[in-house]
Amino acid sequence: MTAILELSSIGISFGPLKVLEEISLRFDSPEMVALAGPNGVGKSTLLSIIAGLRSGYTGTCKAYGKDVQRWKRRDFARKIAFVPQSLKLDFPFTAEEVVFMGRTPHAGGFFESDRDREAVRRAIELTDMGEFAARDFRALSGGERQRVMLASALAQEPQVLLLDEPTSFLDLAHQFAIYSLLRRLSGEGILVITATHDLNLAASYSDRVVLLKKGHVVADAGPCEALSVEKIGDVFHVRAEWVRRVDGRAWITFDAAPGDTL
Amino acid sequence: MSPAEAHVVTPRRLAVVMIAGLAAVLLCVLICPLIGPSTLSLRRAFAGQWPDNQMFFGVRLPRVLLSLLCGGALSIAGCLFQSLLRDNLATPYTLGVSSGASLGAVIAICFGFHTVAGLPGIWGAAMLGAGITLLIVLAVASEGSRMSSFTLLLGGVMINGVVTSLIMLLHNLASVRESFAIVHWLMGNIDPPEPSTLVALAVAVLPTSVGLCLMARRWNLMAVGEDWAASRGVSPARLLLIGYLAGSFLAAAVTAVTGPIGFVGLVVPHALRLKLGSDHRLLMPASFLFGAAFLAICDTVARTIFSVELPVSVLTALVGGPSFIALLRSRRRSLWL
Repeated sequence: MTAILELSSIGISFGPLKVLEEISLRFDSPEMVALAGPNGVGKSTLLSIIAGLRSGYTGTCKAYGKDVQRWKRRDFARKIAFVPQSLKLDFPFTAEEVVFMGRTPHAGGFFESDRDREAVRRAIELTDMGEFAARDFRALSGGERQRVMLASALAQEPQVLLLDEPTSFLDLAHQFAIYSLLRRLSGEGILVITATHDLNLAASYSDRVVLLKKGHVVADAGPCEALSVEKIGDVFHVRAEWVRRVDGRAWITFDAAPGDTL
Repeated sequence: MSPAEAHVVTPRRLAVVMIAGLAAVLLCVLICPLIGPSTLSLRRAFAGQWPDNQMFFGVRLPRVLLSLLCGGALSIAGCLFQSLLRDNLATPYTLGVSSGASLGAVIAICFGFHTVAGLPGIWGAAMLGAGITLLIVLAVASEGSRMSSFTLLLGGVMINGVVTSLIMLLHNLASVRESFAIVHWLMGNIDPPEPSTLVALAVAVLPTSVGLCLMARRWNLMAVGEDWAASRGVSPARLLLIGYLAGSFLAAAVTAVTGPIGFVGLVVPHALRLKLGSDHRLLMPASFLFGAAFLAICDTVARTIFSVELPVSVLTALVGGPSFIALLRSRRRSLWL
Protein backbone atom coordinates (compact mmCIF):
# COMPACT_ATOMS: atom_id res chain seq x y z
CA MET A 1 0.00 0.00 0.00
CA THR A 2 1.28 3.49 -0.75
CA ALA A 3 1.66 5.61 2.30
CA ILE A 4 -0.07 8.97 2.48
CA LEU A 5 3.29 10.47 3.43
CA GLU A 6 6.63 8.76 3.36
CA LEU A 7 9.83 10.48 4.45
CA SER A 8 13.12 8.70 3.84
CA SER A 9 16.35 9.92 5.41
CA ILE A 10 15.44 13.60 5.27
CA GLY A 11 18.31 15.86 6.19
CA ILE A 12 18.87 19.60 5.86
CA SER A 13 21.53 22.02 6.99
CA PHE A 14 21.51 25.78 7.27
CA GLY A 15 25.18 26.55 6.69
CA PRO A 16 27.19 24.52 9.20
CA LEU A 17 24.09 23.89 11.32
CA LYS A 18 22.49 20.47 10.76
CA VAL A 19 18.82 21.08 11.41
CA LEU A 20 17.44 17.68 10.47
CA GLU A 21 19.29 14.40 10.06
CA GLU A 22 18.13 11.03 8.81
CA ILE A 23 14.44 11.57 9.44
CA SER A 24 12.38 8.64 8.20
CA LEU A 25 8.68 8.56 8.92
CA ARG A 26 5.63 6.92 7.44
CA PHE A 27 2.02 7.97 7.68
CA ASP A 28 -0.31 5.31 6.35
CA SER A 29 -3.72 6.31 7.52
CA PRO A 30 -5.70 9.31 8.74
CA GLU A 31 -4.73 9.97 12.33
CA MET A 32 -3.83 12.78 14.66
CA VAL A 33 -0.08 13.18 14.93
CA ALA A 34 1.83 15.58 17.17
CA LEU A 35 5.31 16.60 16.13
CA ALA A 36 6.80 17.56 19.46
CA GLY A 37 10.11 18.97 20.58
CA PRO A 38 11.66 22.07 22.07
CA ASN A 39 12.39 25.31 20.16
CA GLY A 40 14.73 25.09 17.22
CA VAL A 41 14.55 21.34 16.92
CA GLY A 42 13.43 21.44 13.30
CA LYS A 43 9.66 20.93 13.64
CA SER A 44 8.72 23.82 11.37
CA THR A 45 11.43 22.96 8.86
CA LEU A 46 10.18 19.39 8.67
CA LEU A 47 6.60 20.55 8.15
CA SER A 48 7.61 22.94 5.40
CA ILE A 49 9.53 20.15 3.65
CA ILE A 50 6.43 17.95 3.77
CA ALA A 51 4.38 20.89 2.49
CA GLY A 52 6.68 21.08 -0.52
CA LEU A 53 7.79 24.61 0.34
CA ARG A 54 11.47 23.89 0.74
CA SER A 55 14.17 22.50 -1.47
CA GLY A 56 17.83 21.87 -0.81
CA TYR A 57 17.37 18.91 1.53
CA THR A 58 18.68 15.38 1.22
CA GLY A 59 16.51 12.29 1.19
CA THR A 60 13.03 12.07 -0.28
CA CYS A 61 9.60 13.08 0.85
CA LYS A 62 6.72 11.43 -0.96
CA ALA A 63 3.04 12.20 -0.78
CA TYR A 64 0.74 9.49 -2.15
CA GLY A 65 3.77 7.80 -3.68
CA LYS A 66 5.02 10.85 -5.57
CA ASP A 67 7.89 13.12 -4.55
CA VAL A 68 6.45 16.36 -3.14
CA GLN A 69 8.77 18.36 -5.39
CA ARG A 70 7.34 16.68 -8.49
CA TRP A 71 3.68 17.30 -7.78
CA LYS A 72 1.89 19.98 -9.75
CA ARG A 73 1.30 22.65 -7.16
CA ARG A 74 -2.38 22.86 -7.84
CA ASP A 75 -3.00 19.11 -7.53
CA PHE A 76 -0.86 19.05 -4.41
CA ALA A 77 -2.81 21.92 -2.84
CA ARG A 78 -6.06 20.04 -3.35
CA LYS A 79 -4.74 17.25 -1.15
CA ILE A 80 -2.42 18.90 1.33
CA ALA A 81 -2.98 22.15 3.22
CA PHE A 82 -0.41 23.92 5.34
CA VAL A 83 -1.14 26.37 8.16
CA PRO A 84 1.85 28.56 9.04
CA GLN A 85 2.37 29.69 12.60
CA SER A 86 1.80 33.31 11.79
CA LEU A 87 1.05 35.49 8.83
CA LYS A 88 1.85 39.14 8.34
CA LEU A 89 -0.17 40.99 5.75
CA ASP A 90 0.93 44.17 4.03
CA PHE A 91 -2.41 44.92 2.45
CA PRO A 92 -5.96 45.26 3.79
CA PHE A 93 -7.55 41.88 3.12
CA THR A 94 -10.53 40.95 5.29
CA ALA A 95 -10.40 37.75 7.34
CA GLU A 96 -13.02 36.30 5.06
CA GLU A 97 -11.03 37.07 1.92
CA VAL A 98 -8.10 35.22 3.47
CA VAL A 99 -10.35 32.21 4.04
CA PHE A 100 -11.62 32.39 0.47
CA MET A 101 -8.05 32.15 -0.81
CA GLY A 102 -8.12 28.54 0.38
CA ARG A 103 -10.50 27.84 -2.48
CA THR A 104 -8.02 28.83 -5.19
CA PRO A 105 -6.82 25.28 -5.96
CA HIS A 106 -10.42 24.21 -6.55
CA ALA A 107 -11.59 27.31 -8.34
CA GLY A 108 -12.06 27.22 -12.05
CA GLY A 109 -13.37 30.69 -12.72
CA PHE A 110 -12.90 34.33 -11.98
CA PHE A 111 -15.61 34.39 -9.30
CA GLU A 112 -16.31 32.05 -6.41
CA SER A 113 -18.91 29.36 -7.00
CA ASP A 114 -21.72 28.38 -4.64
CA ARG A 115 -19.63 25.36 -3.79
CA ASP A 116 -16.76 27.68 -2.74
CA ARG A 117 -19.10 29.80 -0.63
CA GLU A 118 -20.47 26.72 1.10
CA ALA A 119 -16.99 25.43 1.95
CA VAL A 120 -15.98 28.84 3.30
CA ARG A 121 -19.15 29.19 5.33
CA ARG A 122 -18.49 25.81 6.92
CA ALA A 123 -14.84 26.61 7.64
CA ILE A 124 -15.80 29.91 9.27
CA GLU A 125 -18.34 28.13 11.41
CA LEU A 126 -15.96 25.36 12.48
CA THR A 127 -13.28 27.81 13.58
CA ASP A 128 -15.78 30.11 15.28
CA MET A 129 -14.55 33.19 13.40
CA GLY A 130 -17.91 34.50 12.14
CA GLU A 131 -17.69 37.43 14.52
CA PHE A 132 -14.62 38.90 12.88
CA ALA A 133 -14.95 37.54 9.35
CA ALA A 134 -15.51 41.00 7.90
CA ARG A 135 -12.65 42.69 9.70
CA ASP A 136 -9.26 43.63 8.32
CA PHE A 137 -6.94 40.68 8.96
CA ARG A 138 -4.25 43.04 10.21
CA ALA A 139 -6.53 44.32 12.96
CA LEU A 140 -6.99 40.84 14.45
CA SER A 141 -5.18 39.41 17.45
CA GLY A 142 -2.65 36.62 17.05
CA GLY A 143 -5.15 33.99 18.15
CA GLU A 144 -7.86 35.27 15.84
CA ARG A 145 -5.39 35.22 12.95
CA GLN A 146 -4.55 31.60 13.69
CA ARG A 147 -8.22 30.70 13.47
CA VAL A 148 -8.51 32.53 10.15
CA MET A 149 -5.49 30.67 8.75
CA LEU A 150 -6.92 27.36 9.93
CA ALA A 151 -10.26 28.24 8.34
CA SER A 152 -8.47 29.01 5.08
CA ALA A 153 -6.83 25.58 5.17
CA LEU A 154 -10.14 23.89 5.97
CA ALA A 155 -11.77 25.67 3.04
CA GLN A 156 -9.12 23.99 0.93
CA GLU A 157 -10.80 20.65 1.86
CA PRO A 158 -7.52 18.77 2.12
CA GLN A 159 -6.83 15.15 2.96
CA VAL A 160 -3.69 16.09 4.85
CA LEU A 161 -3.54 19.06 7.20
CA LEU A 162 -0.14 20.31 8.34
CA LEU A 163 -0.16 22.84 11.15
CA ASP A 164 2.75 24.73 12.66
CA GLU A 165 1.99 25.53 16.31
CA PRO A 166 -1.68 26.15 15.51
CA THR A 167 -2.62 27.16 19.04
CA SER A 168 0.43 29.13 20.16
CA PHE A 169 -1.50 32.39 20.40
CA LEU A 170 -4.90 31.01 21.33
CA ASP A 171 -6.73 31.49 24.59
CA LEU A 172 -7.35 28.33 26.63
CA ALA A 173 -10.91 27.71 25.51
CA HIS A 174 -9.97 28.00 21.85
CA GLN A 175 -6.88 25.81 22.29
CA PHE A 176 -9.12 22.98 23.42
CA ALA A 177 -11.77 23.78 20.82
CA ILE A 178 -9.25 23.74 17.97
CA TYR A 179 -7.62 20.53 19.14
CA SER A 180 -10.92 18.74 19.49
CA LEU A 181 -11.86 20.02 16.03
CA LEU A 182 -8.59 18.67 14.62
CA ARG A 183 -9.16 15.36 16.41
CA ARG A 184 -12.64 15.14 14.92
CA LEU A 185 -11.29 15.87 11.45
CA SER A 186 -8.75 13.08 11.83
CA GLY A 187 -11.67 10.81 12.67
CA GLU A 188 -13.36 11.95 9.45
CA GLY A 189 -10.46 10.75 7.33
CA ILE A 190 -7.92 13.59 7.39
CA LEU A 191 -4.31 13.03 8.35
CA VAL A 192 -3.54 15.86 10.79
CA ILE A 193 0.06 16.64 11.73
CA THR A 194 0.66 19.45 14.21
CA ALA A 195 3.99 20.78 15.33
CA THR A 196 3.69 21.73 18.98
CA HIS A 197 5.60 22.08 22.19
CA ASP A 198 2.52 21.84 24.34
CA LEU A 199 2.92 18.29 25.56
CA ASN A 200 -0.40 18.09 27.36
CA LEU A 201 -2.33 19.01 24.23
CA ALA A 202 -0.20 16.54 22.31
CA ALA A 203 -0.81 13.84 24.89
CA SER A 204 -4.54 14.39 25.27
CA TYR A 205 -5.52 14.68 21.64
CA SER A 206 -3.01 12.72 19.54
CA ASP A 207 -2.99 9.12 18.39
CA ARG A 208 0.69 9.30 17.77
CA VAL A 209 3.55 11.50 18.94
CA VAL A 210 6.77 12.01 17.02
CA LEU A 211 9.34 13.41 19.40
CA LEU A 212 12.30 15.29 17.94
CA LYS A 213 15.60 16.06 19.60
CA LYS A 214 18.32 18.02 17.80
CA GLY A 215 17.07 17.03 14.37
CA HIS A 216 16.57 13.34 15.18
CA VAL A 217 13.46 11.32 15.89
CA VAL A 218 13.83 9.97 19.42
CA ALA A 219 10.34 8.54 19.76
CA ASP A 220 7.50 7.69 17.40
CA ALA A 221 4.69 5.99 19.29
CA GLY A 222 1.48 6.53 21.19
CA PRO A 223 1.51 9.50 23.59
CA CYS A 224 2.10 7.49 26.77
CA GLU A 225 5.14 5.76 25.38
CA ALA A 226 6.58 8.67 23.38
CA LEU A 227 6.12 11.13 26.21
CA SER A 228 7.47 8.98 29.01
CA VAL A 229 8.97 10.82 31.95
CA GLU A 230 12.47 9.77 30.89
CA LYS A 231 12.05 10.93 27.30
CA ILE A 232 10.61 14.28 28.34
CA GLY A 233 13.47 14.73 30.76
CA ASP A 234 15.99 13.88 28.07
CA VAL A 235 14.51 16.09 25.34
CA PHE A 236 13.14 19.07 27.25
CA HIS A 237 15.49 19.15 30.25
CA VAL A 238 12.66 19.33 32.74
CA ARG A 239 11.43 16.97 35.43
CA ALA A 240 8.07 15.65 34.26
CA GLU A 241 5.51 13.66 36.11
CA TRP A 242 2.37 11.98 34.88
CA VAL A 243 -0.44 12.59 37.32
CA ARG A 244 -4.01 11.38 37.36
CA ARG A 245 -6.46 14.21 37.60
CA VAL A 246 -9.62 14.14 39.68
CA ASP A 247 -11.63 13.36 36.55
CA GLY A 248 -9.45 10.35 35.90
CA ARG A 249 -7.54 11.75 32.91
CA ALA A 250 -3.79 11.65 32.83
CA TRP A 251 -1.88 14.92 32.81
CA ILE A 252 1.78 15.83 32.69
CA THR A 253 3.18 18.28 35.18
CA PHE A 254 6.58 19.87 34.88
CA ASP A 255 9.24 21.19 37.16
CA ALA A 256 12.71 22.55 36.58
CA ALA A 257 15.22 19.75 36.40
CA PRO A 258 17.36 19.68 39.53
CA GLY A 259 20.42 21.84 39.17
CA ASP A 260 19.61 22.68 35.58
CA THR A 261 20.17 26.18 34.38
CA LEU A 262 20.22 27.71 30.95
CA MET B 1 -26.74 39.01 2.49
CA SER B 2 -25.12 36.50 4.82
CA PRO B 3 -21.86 37.49 6.47
CA ALA B 4 -20.08 35.00 4.22
CA GLU B 5 -20.97 37.03 1.15
CA ALA B 6 -20.75 40.58 2.35
CA HIS B 7 -17.20 41.30 1.27
CA VAL B 8 -16.50 39.00 -1.59
CA VAL B 9 -16.13 40.13 -5.15
CA THR B 10 -19.35 39.40 -6.97
CA PRO B 11 -20.13 39.98 -10.63
CA ARG B 12 -22.38 42.79 -9.46
CA ARG B 13 -19.67 44.61 -7.50
CA LEU B 14 -17.26 44.24 -10.40
CA ALA B 15 -19.90 45.60 -12.79
CA VAL B 16 -20.50 48.64 -10.60
CA VAL B 17 -16.78 49.42 -10.41
CA MET B 18 -16.28 48.87 -14.15
CA ILE B 19 -19.22 51.07 -15.10
CA ALA B 20 -18.04 53.85 -12.80
CA GLY B 21 -14.51 53.60 -14.19
CA LEU B 22 -15.61 53.50 -17.80
CA ALA B 23 -17.89 56.48 -17.19
CA ALA B 24 -14.95 58.43 -15.77
CA VAL B 25 -12.85 57.57 -18.81
CA LEU B 26 -15.64 58.47 -21.22
CA LEU B 27 -16.21 61.81 -19.51
CA CYS B 28 -12.50 62.54 -19.88
CA VAL B 29 -12.63 61.71 -23.57
CA LEU B 30 -15.55 64.08 -24.11
CA ILE B 31 -14.69 66.93 -21.78
CA CYS B 32 -10.88 67.17 -21.52
CA PRO B 33 -10.36 67.98 -25.24
CA LEU B 34 -12.80 70.88 -24.94
CA ILE B 35 -10.68 72.57 -22.31
CA GLY B 36 -7.80 74.71 -23.51
CA PRO B 37 -6.57 78.18 -24.33
CA SER B 38 -8.88 78.48 -27.32
CA THR B 39 -12.49 77.40 -26.97
CA LEU B 40 -13.74 74.62 -29.11
CA SER B 41 -17.22 73.37 -29.95
CA LEU B 42 -17.89 69.65 -29.95
CA ARG B 43 -20.70 70.15 -32.46
CA ARG B 44 -18.47 72.02 -34.91
CA ALA B 45 -15.71 69.45 -34.45
CA PHE B 46 -18.00 66.55 -35.31
CA ALA B 47 -19.46 68.51 -38.20
CA GLY B 48 -15.95 68.62 -39.66
CA GLN B 49 -15.56 72.38 -39.46
CA TRP B 50 -12.06 73.86 -39.36
CA PRO B 51 -10.33 74.67 -37.00
CA ASP B 52 -12.42 72.91 -34.34
CA ASN B 53 -12.24 69.69 -36.26
CA GLN B 54 -8.45 69.74 -36.57
CA MET B 55 -7.92 70.87 -32.99
CA PHE B 56 -10.23 68.25 -31.53
CA PHE B 57 -9.27 65.18 -33.58
CA GLY B 58 -5.74 66.15 -34.55
CA VAL B 59 -4.34 67.58 -31.35
CA ARG B 60 -6.34 67.44 -28.18
CA LEU B 61 -8.14 64.09 -28.48
CA PRO B 62 -4.95 62.13 -29.29
CA ARG B 63 -3.28 63.80 -26.36
CA VAL B 64 -6.12 62.84 -24.02
CA LEU B 65 -6.11 59.29 -25.35
CA LEU B 66 -2.36 59.06 -24.78
CA SER B 67 -2.70 60.28 -21.22
CA LEU B 68 -5.49 57.76 -20.63
CA LEU B 69 -3.36 54.88 -21.88
CA CYS B 70 -0.33 56.00 -19.89
CA GLY B 71 -2.27 56.59 -16.69
CA GLY B 72 -3.97 53.21 -16.93
CA ALA B 73 -0.76 51.33 -17.70
CA LEU B 74 1.25 53.02 -14.94
CA SER B 75 -1.47 52.48 -12.34
CA ILE B 76 -1.99 48.82 -13.08
CA ALA B 77 1.77 48.23 -13.22
CA GLY B 78 2.18 50.00 -9.87
CA CYS B 79 -0.61 47.93 -8.36
CA LEU B 80 1.05 44.76 -9.65
CA PHE B 81 4.51 45.61 -8.36
CA GLN B 82 3.14 46.56 -4.94
CA SER B 83 1.56 43.12 -4.66
CA LEU B 84 4.46 41.14 -6.07
CA LEU B 85 7.00 42.86 -3.83
CA ARG B 86 4.55 43.23 -0.92
CA ASP B 87 5.87 46.75 -0.69
CA ASN B 88 3.47 49.63 -0.26
CA LEU B 89 6.01 52.02 -1.75
CA ALA B 90 6.68 50.08 -4.94
CA THR B 91 6.01 51.89 -8.20
CA PRO B 92 6.49 50.95 -11.86
CA TYR B 93 9.90 52.60 -11.49
CA THR B 94 11.13 50.72 -8.42
CA LEU B 95 12.65 47.89 -10.40
CA GLY B 96 14.74 50.03 -12.69
CA VAL B 97 12.98 49.52 -16.00
CA SER B 98 11.99 53.13 -16.39
CA SER B 99 15.44 54.40 -15.58
CA GLY B 100 16.69 51.92 -18.18
CA ALA B 101 14.28 53.49 -20.66
CA SER B 102 15.46 56.93 -19.61
CA LEU B 103 19.09 55.99 -20.08
CA GLY B 104 18.27 54.75 -23.57
CA ALA B 105 16.49 57.99 -24.36
CA VAL B 106 19.30 60.11 -22.95
CA ILE B 107 21.86 58.21 -25.05
CA ALA B 108 19.72 58.79 -28.14
CA ILE B 109 19.53 62.51 -27.34
CA CYS B 110 23.26 62.85 -26.66
CA PHE B 111 24.36 60.93 -29.74
CA GLY B 112 21.61 62.25 -31.97
CA PHE B 113 20.11 58.90 -33.04
CA HIS B 114 17.15 59.47 -35.33
CA THR B 115 16.07 55.85 -35.65
CA VAL B 116 16.86 52.89 -33.43
CA ALA B 117 15.80 49.37 -34.37
CA GLY B 118 13.44 50.81 -36.97
CA LEU B 119 11.63 52.97 -34.43
CA PRO B 120 11.84 56.72 -33.96
CA GLY B 121 15.19 57.36 -32.21
CA ILE B 122 14.29 58.19 -28.63
CA TRP B 123 11.43 55.74 -28.49
CA GLY B 124 13.44 52.85 -29.86
CA ALA B 125 16.44 53.62 -27.66
CA ALA B 126 14.20 53.80 -24.59
CA MET B 127 12.63 50.41 -25.31
CA LEU B 128 16.07 48.94 -25.89
CA GLY B 129 17.40 50.46 -22.66
CA ALA B 130 14.43 49.11 -20.71
CA GLY B 131 14.90 45.64 -22.19
CA ILE B 132 18.59 45.48 -21.35
CA THR B 133 17.98 46.72 -17.81
CA LEU B 134 15.25 44.11 -17.37
CA LEU B 135 17.61 41.32 -18.38
CA ILE B 136 20.30 42.56 -16.00
CA VAL B 137 17.84 42.75 -13.10
CA LEU B 138 16.61 39.23 -13.84
CA ALA B 139 20.17 37.92 -13.96
CA VAL B 140 20.95 39.57 -10.63
CA ALA B 141 17.70 38.53 -8.96
CA SER B 142 17.56 34.86 -9.92
CA GLU B 143 19.66 32.41 -8.00
CA GLY B 144 19.66 29.47 -10.36
CA SER B 145 16.03 28.73 -11.10
CA ARG B 146 14.82 30.40 -7.92
CA MET B 147 13.74 33.96 -7.57
CA SER B 148 12.06 35.64 -4.63
CA SER B 149 10.40 39.00 -4.35
CA PHE B 150 13.19 39.96 -1.99
CA THR B 151 16.01 39.30 -4.46
CA LEU B 152 13.97 40.96 -7.19
CA LEU B 153 13.45 44.08 -5.10
CA LEU B 154 17.07 44.21 -4.04
CA GLY B 155 18.37 43.62 -7.57
CA GLY B 156 15.91 46.10 -9.08
CA VAL B 157 16.69 48.89 -6.64
CA MET B 158 20.46 48.42 -7.05
CA ILE B 159 20.34 48.46 -10.85
CA ASN B 160 18.00 51.44 -10.69
CA GLY B 161 20.60 53.34 -8.69
CA VAL B 162 23.42 52.44 -11.06
CA VAL B 163 21.44 53.38 -14.16
CA THR B 164 20.30 56.66 -12.62
CA SER B 165 23.88 57.67 -11.94
CA LEU B 166 24.81 56.79 -15.52
CA ILE B 167 22.09 59.18 -16.66
CA MET B 168 23.57 61.90 -14.47
CA LEU B 169 27.00 61.17 -15.87
CA LEU B 170 25.81 61.58 -19.46
CA HIS B 171 23.81 64.65 -18.53
CA ASN B 172 26.92 66.17 -17.03
CA LEU B 173 28.87 65.63 -20.23
CA ALA B 174 26.12 66.90 -22.52
CA SER B 175 26.02 70.28 -24.26
CA VAL B 176 23.57 72.93 -23.13
CA ARG B 177 21.11 72.17 -25.92
CA GLU B 178 21.23 68.42 -25.26
CA SER B 179 21.04 69.05 -21.56
CA PHE B 180 17.82 70.96 -22.03
CA ALA B 181 16.37 68.14 -24.12
CA ILE B 182 17.40 65.63 -21.48
CA VAL B 183 15.79 67.54 -18.64
CA HIS B 184 12.65 68.05 -20.70
CA TRP B 185 12.47 64.32 -21.40
CA LEU B 186 13.22 63.25 -17.83
CA MET B 187 10.40 65.44 -16.50
CA GLY B 188 7.88 63.42 -18.44
CA ASN B 189 5.66 65.04 -21.03
CA ILE B 190 2.49 64.14 -22.79
CA ASP B 191 2.71 65.66 -26.25
CA PRO B 192 0.05 65.18 -28.91
CA PRO B 193 1.12 61.85 -30.44
CA GLU B 194 1.03 60.52 -34.00
CA PRO B 195 -1.95 58.22 -34.57
CA SER B 196 0.46 55.36 -35.27
CA THR B 197 2.15 55.85 -31.88
CA LEU B 198 -1.23 55.79 -30.20
CA VAL B 199 -2.23 52.57 -31.96
CA ALA B 200 1.08 50.88 -31.18
CA LEU B 201 0.81 51.83 -27.53
CA ALA B 202 -2.78 50.64 -27.30
CA VAL B 203 -1.82 47.31 -28.84
CA ALA B 204 0.92 46.94 -26.22
CA VAL B 205 -1.00 48.18 -23.20
CA LEU B 206 -4.57 46.95 -23.52
CA PRO B 207 -4.04 43.17 -23.98
CA THR B 208 -1.34 43.12 -21.28
CA SER B 209 -3.64 44.89 -18.84
CA VAL B 210 -6.58 42.60 -19.58
CA GLY B 211 -4.32 39.59 -19.11
CA LEU B 212 -3.17 40.89 -15.73
CA CYS B 213 -6.77 41.44 -14.63
CA LEU B 214 -7.68 37.88 -15.59
CA MET B 215 -4.90 36.58 -13.33
CA ALA B 216 -6.22 38.63 -10.40
CA ARG B 217 -6.80 35.72 -8.01
CA ARG B 218 -3.15 34.73 -8.30
CA TRP B 219 -1.98 38.26 -7.55
CA ASN B 220 -4.14 38.08 -4.41
CA LEU B 221 -2.15 35.07 -3.24
CA MET B 222 1.16 36.71 -4.09
CA ALA B 223 0.13 39.82 -2.16
CA VAL B 224 -0.12 37.66 0.96
CA GLY B 225 3.16 35.81 0.56
CA GLU B 226 5.13 33.37 -1.53
CA ASP B 227 4.68 30.33 0.74
CA TRP B 228 1.05 31.19 1.09
CA ALA B 229 0.69 31.26 -2.68
CA ALA B 230 2.63 28.02 -3.10
CA SER B 231 0.50 26.14 -0.60
CA ARG B 232 -2.58 27.30 -2.44
CA GLY B 233 -1.57 25.73 -5.68
CA VAL B 234 0.40 28.28 -7.72
CA SER B 235 4.08 28.62 -8.50
CA PRO B 236 5.39 31.84 -6.94
CA ALA B 237 8.61 31.94 -8.96
CA ARG B 238 6.69 31.69 -12.22
CA LEU B 239 4.19 34.34 -11.17
CA LEU B 240 7.00 36.65 -10.12
CA LEU B 241 8.59 36.27 -13.52
CA ILE B 242 5.34 36.77 -15.43
CA GLY B 243 4.38 39.74 -13.28
CA TYR B 244 7.77 41.35 -13.54
CA LEU B 245 7.87 40.97 -17.32
CA ALA B 246 4.30 42.21 -17.83
CA GLY B 247 4.62 45.16 -15.45
CA SER B 248 7.98 46.16 -16.91
CA PHE B 249 6.61 45.90 -20.43
CA LEU B 250 3.78 48.28 -19.54
CA ALA B 251 6.09 50.72 -17.77
CA ALA B 252 8.66 50.63 -20.56
CA ALA B 253 6.15 51.09 -23.36
CA VAL B 254 4.67 54.13 -21.67
CA THR B 255 7.95 55.63 -20.51
CA ALA B 256 9.43 55.33 -23.98
CA VAL B 257 6.69 57.60 -25.33
CA THR B 258 6.27 60.12 -22.53
CA GLY B 259 9.32 59.93 -20.30
CA PRO B 260 8.90 59.00 -16.66
CA ILE B 261 5.68 60.27 -15.09
CA GLY B 262 5.82 59.80 -11.36
CA PHE B 263 3.27 59.25 -8.65
CA VAL B 264 0.36 57.87 -10.74
CA GLY B 265 1.43 54.29 -10.16
CA LEU B 266 1.82 54.89 -6.45
CA VAL B 267 -1.16 56.99 -5.50
CA VAL B 268 -3.96 55.54 -7.63
CA PRO B 269 -3.75 51.90 -6.46
CA HIS B 270 -3.41 53.01 -2.84
CA ALA B 271 -6.40 55.30 -2.97
CA LEU B 272 -8.46 52.54 -4.55
CA ARG B 273 -7.28 49.98 -2.01
CA LEU B 274 -8.67 52.22 0.73
CA LYS B 275 -12.03 52.28 -0.99
CA LEU B 276 -12.29 48.81 -2.52
CA GLY B 277 -10.04 46.57 -0.44
CA SER B 278 -7.17 44.52 -1.76
CA ASP B 279 -8.88 41.97 -4.00
CA HIS B 280 -7.18 42.37 -7.37
CA ARG B 281 -10.28 41.34 -9.25
CA LEU B 282 -11.66 44.78 -8.40
CA LEU B 283 -8.43 46.60 -7.75
CA MET B 284 -6.71 45.95 -11.08
CA PRO B 285 -9.46 46.98 -13.48
CA ALA B 286 -10.27 49.93 -11.21
CA SER B 287 -6.60 50.96 -11.13
CA PHE B 288 -6.48 50.95 -14.90
CA LEU B 289 -9.67 52.93 -15.47
CA PHE B 290 -9.34 55.46 -12.66
CA GLY B 291 -5.60 55.79 -13.22
CA ALA B 292 -6.36 56.61 -16.85
CA ALA B 293 -8.88 59.27 -15.87
CA PHE B 294 -6.56 60.66 -13.20
CA LEU B 295 -3.69 61.25 -15.60
CA ALA B 296 -5.98 62.68 -18.29
CA ILE B 297 -7.32 65.20 -15.79
CA CYS B 298 -3.85 66.06 -14.48
CA ASP B 299 -2.60 66.61 -18.01
CA THR B 300 -5.55 68.81 -18.87
CA VAL B 301 -4.91 70.92 -15.81
CA ALA B 302 -1.16 70.98 -16.50
CA ARG B 303 -1.61 72.39 -19.98
CA THR B 304 -4.23 74.99 -19.07
CA ILE B 305 -3.63 76.28 -15.55
CA PHE B 306 -0.81 78.69 -16.48
CA SER B 307 0.04 80.40 -19.71
CA VAL B 308 2.95 77.95 -20.10
CA GLU B 309 2.43 74.21 -19.97
CA LEU B 310 3.60 72.52 -16.78
CA PRO B 311 5.21 69.07 -16.87
CA VAL B 312 2.43 66.66 -15.99
CA SER B 313 4.65 64.93 -13.38
CA VAL B 314 4.53 68.10 -11.31
CA LEU B 315 0.75 68.02 -11.34
CA THR B 316 0.38 64.30 -10.58
CA ALA B 317 2.37 64.75 -7.39
CA LEU B 318 0.83 68.12 -6.46
CA VAL B 319 -2.71 66.82 -6.94
CA GLY B 320 -2.17 63.18 -6.02
CA GLY B 321 -0.18 63.62 -2.83
CA PRO B 322 -2.48 65.88 -0.85
CA SER B 323 -5.67 64.17 -2.02
CA PHE B 324 -4.26 60.82 -0.99
CA ILE B 325 -3.31 62.13 2.43
CA ALA B 326 -6.80 63.56 2.85
CA LEU B 327 -8.32 60.20 1.91
CA LEU B 328 -6.03 58.38 4.30
CA ARG B 329 -6.86 60.67 7.19
CA SER B 330 -10.60 60.57 6.66
CA ARG B 331 -10.40 56.80 6.50
CA ARG B 332 -8.22 56.48 9.58
CA ARG B 333 -10.81 58.18 11.70
CA SER B 334 -13.53 55.75 10.73
CA LEU B 335 -11.67 52.43 10.77
CA TRP B 336 -9.04 50.59 12.70
CA LEU B 337 -6.16 51.37 10.39
